[in-house]
Amino acid sequence: MKICVLVKDVPDAAVEKRMDPGSKRLDRSGETNLNPFDTHAVEAAMQIREGGAVDVDEIVAVTMGPDGADRTLNKAVSLGADRSVHLKDDALAGSDVCATGYALAKVLEQESPDLVLLGQQSDDGECYTIGAVVADHLRMPSLTQVIKMDAEQGKLRCERQAEYGYDTVEVELPAVISVGDAINEPRYPSLKAIMGAKKKPRDTKSISDAGIEAERVGEQGSRTAVLAVNPPPEKEPGEIIEDEDTNETVEKIVAWLDERKLIG
Amino acid sequence: MSGILTYALHYQGEFNKNSLGAVSEGAKLVKEIGGQAAAVVVGEGDDLTDEMCASLGEYGASKVYRARAPDGLAQPVVDVMAKVIGDEGYSYALFGGGLLGFEIGAGLTARLNGGVTMEVTEVKAQDGKLVAVRPILQDSAVVDVDYVEEPGIIIGRLNAFDTEESGEGSAEVVDVDVELEDFSTRARMVERGEQRGADVNIEDAEILVAGGRGLGNAEGFELCEGLAKALGGAVAATRAVVDAGWYPYAAQIGQTGKTVAPKLYLAAGISGAIQHKVGMQSSENIVAINKDQNAPIFEFSDLGVVGDLNKILPKLTEALEAKKGG
Repeated sequence: MKICVLVKDVPDAAVEKRMDPGSKRLDRSGETNLNPFDTHAVEAAMQIREGGAVDVDEIVAVTMGPDGADRTLNKAVSLGADRSVHLKDDALAGSDVCATGYALAKVLEQESPDLVLLGQQSDDGECYTIGAVVADHLRMPSLTQVIKMDAEQGKLRCERQAEYGYDTVEVELPAVISVGDAINEPRYPSLKAIMGAKKKPRDTKSISDAGIEAERVGEQGSRTAVLAVNPPPEKEPGEIIEDEDTNETVEKIVAWLDERKLIG
Repeated sequence: MSGILTYALHYQGEFNKNSLGAVSEGAKLVKEIGGQAAAVVVGEGDDLTDEMCASLGEYGASKVYRARAPDGLAQPVVDVMAKVIGDEGYSYALFGGGLLGFEIGAGLTARLNGGVTMEVTEVKAQDGKLVAVRPILQDSAVVDVDYVEEPGIIIGRLNAFDTEESGEGSAEVVDVDVELEDFSTRARMVERGEQRGADVNIEDAEILVAGGRGLGNAEGFELCEGLAKALGGAVAATRAVVDAGWYPYAAQIGQTGKTVAPKLYLAAGISGAIQHKVGMQSSENIVAINKDQNAPIFEFSDLGVVGDLNKILPKLTEALEAKKGG
């Protein structure tokens, strides 16, 4: 079985994310890192490999993004991927969900994986949708926000929480699965794996290498346009207590509740 | 092309509240942009009666397309909606908040090469077109999104659209035959809607003490239970701890759980992810206790306490009990 894991380079959690007012795109100038949700997808791939129920021949990390995404691929490889593919082209800048899903699907087509895994959302875009977009292009069954996944010959048994409780769904391979962060506890890469990551094979592809039609990606290929970026509705900031002396803190909380007649 | 097509999710003979919100919103918007407000229902069960489908008319749908296909999975619905949009020429597909709407909307984006906006909190009609308003970057900014071409796909945030009975009577029910794509039948529901853990009622409680991952482990909920008892309230939980098996699903707040608006919502060890926020942000008073001063929940709490739960909760419980006793 061949598994492709879609990963994304996102602004580091410690960086305050902001929109660039000119381009109306996310400002990506600060530190970046592997999207934390995607680390669960790499780990899920590793657990299938180590689980032994099916043979995993190869785990390939796939990303689309500018130069900085190199480091994110290194990280994905250090966490267990055998090699990586980097779709990189200036023509891709400004792609929306529709265009990004199409572009990623074209790259995946060339890899013809049995399973595509990804995190349920990106830390920056928070769109939750790329998996299902890619699946439709690849004509594969798909499920998102999966929190338990057992691989069997030719299929997966998946569990997830949906509108009315927990659903168990059997999905035939090849398939696209987005995983929730409850699925596993990602491992930390070893120093050896970190050092070795740069030596693992990496294909860098342009849009023409991947057979992507230029008019379907980037700003011109996007089907949505951001008209305006506005501040959120104003909300009075709440009161904050730093707990230094817990007895005093508790007294303050009780007084606050009492004032609002919340103690019966 | 004109009009708005919504997806109305149902389960065991009842429509989903967020879907009814989307149907109501669609009916409201067509008054401004023109065209028909219609809905798609998909299922194999006997519960999809003419009467039930026609009842969407009460929320403003004038036409309901009914297709017989598997329940509870997104891809069959993508096939149905793509066909209806293709045949009848709707300009927009609209979804209420919830997991399936995200998946169906995403599938339609690929199938129809249509723009998509998710987590939408408001839809505006502008020059005969729709503009979707969406909070981004953990709600630190809000963007107005325009659709370059039709069809446009709009996926609402949980509880974004209010249900409104327009009193317009029954909708016309039309059966549609759709040949499903081969890949749409390669996922099969084995079990749906399993309730894990005890059945608890949190929706009627005026006071809720909610616990999150910050409690450390399942035993941490004993602190919440003690505090809830002292306050005369019930205990709720985040999705993360429910998925981890620390607390019953019936007590879960947020995206795939319950929506509550008690007089007091005390959040213990909850970071305040959007998926949780959407289920409790209408609470009258929000108190948050968290050791991480950067936790997003402090952005929307009325009283935030930065500190260690294990120290604060027992003492707070004790103080409240002493007050009651005195």
